[in-house]
Amino acid sequence: EFDDAANLLAANPDATTISIEEPAEIPRNQHGRRQEPGREEDDELLGTSDSDKTELLAGQKKSAPFWTFEYYQTFFDVDTYQVLDRIKGSVFPVPGKNFVRLYIRSNPDLYGPFWICATLVFTIAVSGNLSNFFIHLGKPTYHYVPEFRKVSIAATTIYAYAWLVPLALWGFLMWRNSKVMNIVSYSFLEIVCVYGYSLFIYIPTAILWIIPQKVVRWVLMIFSLCLSGSVLVMTFWPAVRDDNRRIALATVGAIVLLHALLAVGCLAYFFDAPEVDFPAPLVPAHNATTLITKVT
Amino acid sequence: ELLRVSPKGSEPLQFAGLADVSISEDIPVEGEITVPVGSRSPDEDFSTLDEPVRDTIMRDLKAVGKKFIHVMYPKKSSALLRDWDLWGPLVLCVSLALMLQGGSADSKDDGGPQFAEVFVIIWFGAVVITLNSKLLGGTISFFQSLCVLGYCVLPLTVAMLVCRLVLLAGAGTVSFIIRLIVVLAMFGWSTLASTAFLADSQPPNRKALVVYPIFLFYFVISWMILTFTLQ
Repeated sequence: EFDDAANLLAANPDATTISIEEPAEIPRNQHGRRQEPGREEDDELLGTSDSDKTELLAGQKKSAPFWTFEYYQTFFDVDTYQVLDRIKGSVFPVPGKNFVRLYIRSNPDLYGPFWICATLVFTIAVSGNLSNFFIHLGKPTYHYVPEFRKVSIAATTIYAYAWLVPLALWGFLMWRNSKVMNIVSYSFLEIVCVYGYSLFIYIPTAILWIIPQKVVRWVLMIFSLCLSGSVLVMTFWPAVRDDNRRIALATVGAIVLLHALLAVGCLAYFFDAPEVDFPAPLVPAHNATTLITKVT
Repeated sequence: ELLRVSPKGSEPLQFAGLADVSISEDIPVEGEITVPVGSRSPDEDFSTLDEPVRDTIMRDLKAVGKKFIHVMYPKKSSALLRDWDLWGPLVLCVSLALMLQGGSADSKDDGGPQFAEVFVIIWFGAVVITLNSKLLGGTISFFQSLCVLGYCVLPLTVAMLVCRLVLLAGAGTVSFIIRLIVVLAMFGWSTLASTAFLADSQPPNRKALVVYPIFLFYFVISWMILTFTLQ
């Protein structure tokens, strides 16, 4: 029958033909389309060329009822390399690429958000404890305490941030969606996913916060805030862009502000301020040049 | 009447109305209708009510002890997985939580973990890791995984014991270095032992996703042990 089709086409080259493309060939379309550059950027940001397919796939996947175990297994359907890719994508934001469309592709997982938050809780508690230990080490009146209570406080704060803020944001976006037709809308789990993976940068930051220098700590915080904040901004800007200008800016600003508040709050609460020690009373006056300023 | 006994056999002839039709009364119908009783041993094996209490306790203790040995010399054996029990993990968890008591501090907020906190961390952590491995597609059963994770706390309990003994001798830098080395070694042993038992039941391209939470779990327990200080 294929010979017949070829023969027919040879006989009538101008006949309209229908070709069914496989999903693997769709990305080729994106590169092949060279209309206005703005349009292409829009498509890449929105992913409209493959959003139909991914929505269909998403509809096929989550069909188990919510009281069965298989339903929750669909949220853990990721391989090791996928999780590593998502982490990489949250740390190195590529300008113009949307984290959700590029990495999540309608397969939001709960593994990343949950375990990144758990790691962050323990990293902050342990690093804060270590940093306090090193800061107060030389003092004669210092007695080391494990400060175990802070673990539960850290856990409450971080898990609340990782789940309640996405909930609020999702509710807000749904409400705006009903008023203004937005092209891009995210499901609740995708927002949780983005927020969870965006917290990853704070893990190495918290470890480096052990260094008891105020300048170093603030530089690290601003650096990590810029990286993960830019991922968040680039994800959510297309969702509010079509809205009222002021509301869009206020939303994005609130996202960044909350992210910054979390970082500043953790730094202030878990890490004692490094002090500058002057062993002044023991140094004789004529040896003023040997006054050592011990910056611990 | 419906029941008539054949004159030569011992079986009552039901459907006596048919006797006139097919079988002559001279030919007895013989045979046994009772099911033959098998050997009595399955009954004896399952009925442990009659044995002395000492036998019961010794049997369970031997099973627990055998699993302890499996943990200390981890080889790929399915005995630990097949005959799971939660006695060993309970004993280990309680002894670890008891040994972590007594670390005092100026205020309650700054001290080490309380008994309930250690208990909750170990059991809740083990449950979460088991759920995680099952959600990722693991084929191990819930209680088997809890059993393995609980038994692999044994090296860390030994480390806690050693730390307490070392702290009795002194709390200086040397004792800290000894404690650090011991805790690190036991942490590595625990993680490797539990990974050796659990790794086979995971899907192949998700092994790292399952092993990492186990690493985090034993890291937290090791941290609690290492930061234990007496007054």
